Amino acid sequence: MEQWVRPEAAVTASLTRRPVSKWKKRLPFFIAYGVLGITTMPIILMYIWLLLSSFAKQMKYGFIPVSFTLENWKFLWTNVEHGGTTLPSIWTATWNSFLFSITLTMLEVLIGVMAGYALSRIEFPGRQMLMKTTLILHAFPSVALLIAVYYILNFLGLFDTLFGVLLVKTALQIPMTAWIVKGFFDNVPWDVEWAGLIDGCSRLKVWLTIVLPMIKPGIAAVSIFSFLSGWSEFLLLYMFIVSDDNITLASYLQKLISDPNLVDYGLLSAVSLFYMLPVILFFIFTQKSLMEVSAGGGKGV
Amino acid sequence: MKIELKNLCKSFNKKTNAIDRMNLTVEDGEFVALLGPSGCGKSTTMLMIAGIYKPDSGEIRFDGQLVNDWEPKDRNIGMVFQSYALYPHMTVLENIAFPLKQQKVPKKERMERAKQAAEMVRLGHVLDRKPDELSGGQQQRVALARAIVKKPKVLLLDEPMSNLDARLKIEMREELSRLHKELGITTILVTHDQEEAMMLADRIAVMKDGKIIQYGTPMDLYHRPSDFFVAQFIGTPPMNVFRGKLIGNHLHFLNQSAELNNEQWNTAQGELDVYVGIRPHEVKLGKGGDIRAKGIVQMIEPVGHAQIIRVNIGDEQLRLFAEPTAAIEYESEITVSFHLSSLHLFDVRTGKSLRKEIMKESQTEEMVG
Ligand SMILES: Nc1ncnc2c1ncn2[C@@H]1O[C@H](COP(=O)(O)OP(=O)(O)OP(=O)(O)O)[C@@H](O)[C@H]1O
Ligand SMILES: [Mg+2]
Repeated sequence: MEQWVRPEAAVTASLTRRPVSKWKKRLPFFIAYGVLGITTMPIILMYIWLLLSSFAKQMKYGFIPVSFTLENWKFLWTNVEHGGTTLPSIWTATWNSFLFSITLTMLEVLIGVMAGYALSRIEFPGRQMLMKTTLILHAFPSVALLIAVYYILNFLGLFDTLFGVLLVKTALQIPMTAWIVKGFFDNVPWDVEWAGLIDGCSRLKVWLTIVLPMIKPGIAAVSIFSFLSGWSEFLLLYMFIVSDDNITLASYLQKLISDPNLVDYGLLSAVSLFYMLPVILFFIFTQKSLMEVSAGGGKGV
Repeated sequence: MKIELKNLCKSFNKKTNAIDRMNLTVEDGEFVALLGPSGCGKSTTMLMIAGIYKPDSGEIRFDGQLVNDWEPKDRNIGMVFQSYALYPHMTVLENIAFPLKQQKVPKKERMERAKQAAEMVRLGHVLDRKPDELSGGQQQRVALARAIVKKPKVLLLDEPMSNLDARLKIEMREELSRLHKELGITTILVTHDQEEAMMLADRIAVMKDGKIIQYGTPMDLYHRPSDFFVAQFIGTPPMNVFRGKLIGNHLHFLNQSAELNNEQWNTAQGELDVYVGIRPHEVKLGKGGDIRAKGIVQMIEPVGHAQIIRVNIGDEQLRLFAEPTAAIEYESEITVSFHLSSLHLFDVRTGKSLRKEIMKESQTEEMVG
């Protein structure tokens, strides 16, 4: 009975329905963006607050900036004084942070790529065991290792050197890096490697000219992650570096908040922004590599 | 280059042998096809010849020289992998030129030769693309070009034409055949397509479960299969097969019996179950042959130069070729006949041929191996 509809009724129904259906189509987007917007709001506001307070003399009620100033950014050209002591130059800290992150990245990629290949391709006794234990190693919080690491660094005469901390950090990072890289190597079919051997390469040459280029996205991702983790490293550097010559940005920042009574929020905001800047730039420039996933060639085996 | 495989064994799981005491000799400049069902060990054999897999035991010899421990790069081999195995980060041209680059051929000559090879497989128009921008058949042709570009001593082709359309397949076959004749490269071709094998190969090796069942010229395999498996595998339409019994030298099948010649056939002591095979083209209409049977026509399939007729004789089926002009009707009864000498007999239990000359051959071969 109800299936029978008069023509006019059908027309009006469709007319009135159209705008509703358009709304309905868009509703999921509105909801999704609404939810995402609300949840990210505090974070975005925080960044805005950071930016504003770094350029303001004072924050009214804690969040309304009053009068513009560059006073807070003075650390860029002078060694600022804070809490009675003169802080080391920001540029020393920046250079050290940079050196630390870059060297960490290179070490990690170099070792991780070789270890990952071995884990993925070479059958050797204890391979399974090694793969399981490396993950456990990564699960170890570095705090739990601090005392032992202190003894070792002291024994080796590497306490209070960037190089010493670098070794420790690399050791802690390698398991995960090797694991990630192993995953990328696993996706390279054996046949392609074999084809290279038959076409006249040695195993090493195949690795360099065929396999490595095929896992480029993996190497890019690992480099980015290790650079960022080096840049943001705090605990190890704070514990094992004491001299101002070897200070890094994270420790510099820490000096600003060490005494809760003497925190200069304007200065803190400015230094924080300065600290974040390379990371943001880095992300903007490497986003594509991070997202890129190799399509691979051939039909696979 | 002459290739010899002697008592070659390869096992992947320590329980069963993927390749089991295999013997094969490929003469210099010969074109050999490896034919066999999926999983019988064809690719494994090729990879051992290429030096990718090390054999567990046995010898691989190139021109008499033991090469078991040679690196793949020192063997001067070109190979097409079943999965193509192109280098995804290189363009088609770079892929094809890669083997030449490893030989340190100067860049100009390298590009020249790579382009020639690409032309040969009709890929001149996609040189700048990456492999993942090509169709399956195009990828396969890139692999083919890459294998032949350095004019290797040995060419290993693992199903190099499985993904091509019929016309391209014929073209590529001709190119391969021409190339083989021109350069005299020793070639081993793996294929599922027995027609391709018959057409291209000087000799065919039929494999099953990691062993070579029979190795001979296409005509040999066709006319004198030493094993039931080979008989079934080779020939289109396939050989007609009936169940039969051999009692002494009396063969019983299709409700009749015939006396076998002791000179020609191995006869049974007591009773033996046998497969009786006859090629479709050996069966004639009418009463011309030694063995006659009446059957009902089930199907008529014109194939241009002939018609393929399927008849039911009792509950057994038989195919034969008839002249395209022969007037034959469905469901009608016809008489067919064939000669006793054109029969193939195989022991049901072992699958071995009962023909004396063939048995002798395969025995001597085994002794040599
Ligand atoms: N890397 C490997 N590890 C374990 N078993 C393997 C490996 N490669 C091959 N095999 C086994 O060895 C046997 C022979 O394999 P092979 O690839 O040589 O077969 P094939 O004749 O090439 O088959 P197809 O025609 O399907 O390519 C198979 O049973 C296969 O399962
Ligand atoms: Mg195969």
